[in-house]
Amino acid sequence: MTHEIIISGFGGQGVLSMGKILAYSGLMEGKEVTWMPAYGPEQRGGTANVTVIVSDEPVSSPILSSYDVAIILNQPSLDKFEPKVKKGGILIYDGNGINVPPQRKDINVYRIDAMDTAAKLNMIKVFNMMILGGLMKVRPVVTIESVLKALRKTLPERHHHLIPMNEEAIRKGMEIIVKEN
Amino acid sequence: MAEKEITLMKGNEAIAHAAIRCGCDGYFGYPITPQSEVLETLAEQKPWETTGMVVVQAESEVSSINMVYGGACTGKRVMTSSSSPGVSLMQEGISYLAGAELPALVVNVSRGGPGLGTIQPSQADYFQTVKGGGHGDYRLITLAPASVQEMADFVDLAFELAFRYRNPAMILSDGAIGQMMEKVVLPPFKPRRSEEQIASECPWATIGRKGGRKPNIITSLELRSEEMEIINLRIQAKYREIEKKEVRFEEYMTDDAEYLIVAFGSAARISKKVISIAREQGIKVGLLRPITLWPFPSAKIAELGSRMKGILTLEINAGQMVEDVRLAVECKVPVQYFGRLGGIIPEPEEVVEVLKKMVK
Repeated sequence: MTHEIIISGFGGQGVLSMGKILAYSGLMEGKEVTWMPAYGPEQRGGTANVTVIVSDEPVSSPILSSYDVAIILNQPSLDKFEPKVKKGGILIYDGNGINVPPQRKDINVYRIDAMDTAAKLNMIKVFNMMILGGLMKVRPVVTIESVLKALRKTLPERHHHLIPMNEEAIRKGMEIIVKEN
Repeated sequence: MAEKEITLMKGNEAIAHAAIRCGCDGYFGYPITPQSEVLETLAEQKPWETTGMVVVQAESEVSSINMVYGGACTGKRVMTSSSSPGVSLMQEGISYLAGAELPALVVNVSRGGPGLGTIQPSQADYFQTVKGGGHGDYRLITLAPASVQEMADFVDLAFELAFRYRNPAMILSDGAIGQMMEKVVLPPFKPRRSEEQIASECPWATIGRKGGRKPNIITSLELRSEEMEIINLRIQAKYREIEKKEVRFEEYMTDDAEYLIVAFGSAARISKKVISIAREQGIKVGLLRPITLWPFPSAKIAELGSRMKGILTLEINAGQMVEDVRLAVECKVPVQYFGRLGGIIPEPEEVVEVLKKMVK
């Protein structure tokens, strides 16, 4: 099975690091993974996006024109990537700052109000992990155990006390994601 | 240490780790996007405290390549890395390395040009690399990695080839392979060579005359034309030997193919996706990926080409390698090119459309 995922939002929302944790978690499960960022100058203040591919087979192109899953964190990203979700695929978006919601009927649209929830719970720092939790609920690309393992592996020791907060965020994300269509 | 350490890292980081592990003696470089992680990773790893490898951030690319020249004269495994505009600045030094027959490694994580261009991936330095960006009749042994794993593997291979033939080698990569993260198994640690080893393996090196041997002179200058022709003929004979022995390529789904894509580096990765989509639509297409861009797998392409209805070269440039593919098949097979420019990466679907038109 192959998961071709695009994650897109504003620079600073944790788009690239969410992708990295997802890729690392895939690695923990012995999968083939590729993490390809749009590393252009547009990242600061503008949009940032990363393509993550998690697969049981060797990954061919790291650059794609259509995706199984699009995780969308702002309006420009929604405008850009909604048309690029494969028929029957998944679009997950955070409602914060979205004026024109997704229109397509031939894909599965999920809304996750992670930004608002994270603000309320004073969990802004792990907002991206809430989104990741949402993804794991609707498409279990990796298991929560693998994510925690990946966090232990990638975070420096001094930040390991933050792992429970990350886990809480993932579980919260799994709770608050809702199907829209 | 675990026997097989699988980690996730960027192509640029893999270059740095591989350099430390393959017994590299010195790195001289100057930062430029999209390859700065090479120098950053080396600075972070501090190999001067472990293997004794020297890492210098020079004041410019011109300095870097001349530091490489100096280090190479002493038989050391030395390297530099940069991206397109920086590699342009190094061309004089690369020509001198080739002229003086010095082994060294230059890594180009190329970006879109011409000029300062863009920081996005591009393969537009193909001509510069394989046709000689510097002056004179010289060739660069050129390896084109298509994955982070190959970024790691080709560092040692490039050094091996460079020393075997006393010729500079180039790893020609691009921003996509440099910036993306994939899983990689790093090569095992190999110690740096001792002074004695260098003295015995590189009898040409200028490492001080202990005993009675004649002084070694390393230069690319020879004002007597008759002598210079002899030197050139010797270098050319070496190039013919490399062309005979060191061609490397990957063949993918060519057995039943009626059409062939020829692509290197990240374009070859895109091609594999193109092939899987095209085959679902009934187009029998395969891939020939040159791993060495020089020496070029001309004979293999001619052999495959003879049973193809058409060849498509996919390049992230305006059509450079296509010339070598046409030469290889001596225009007996129609050869088309497709590519995108200025840092835009071709999307698999648009390439499939090109293939469909070819088939019609």
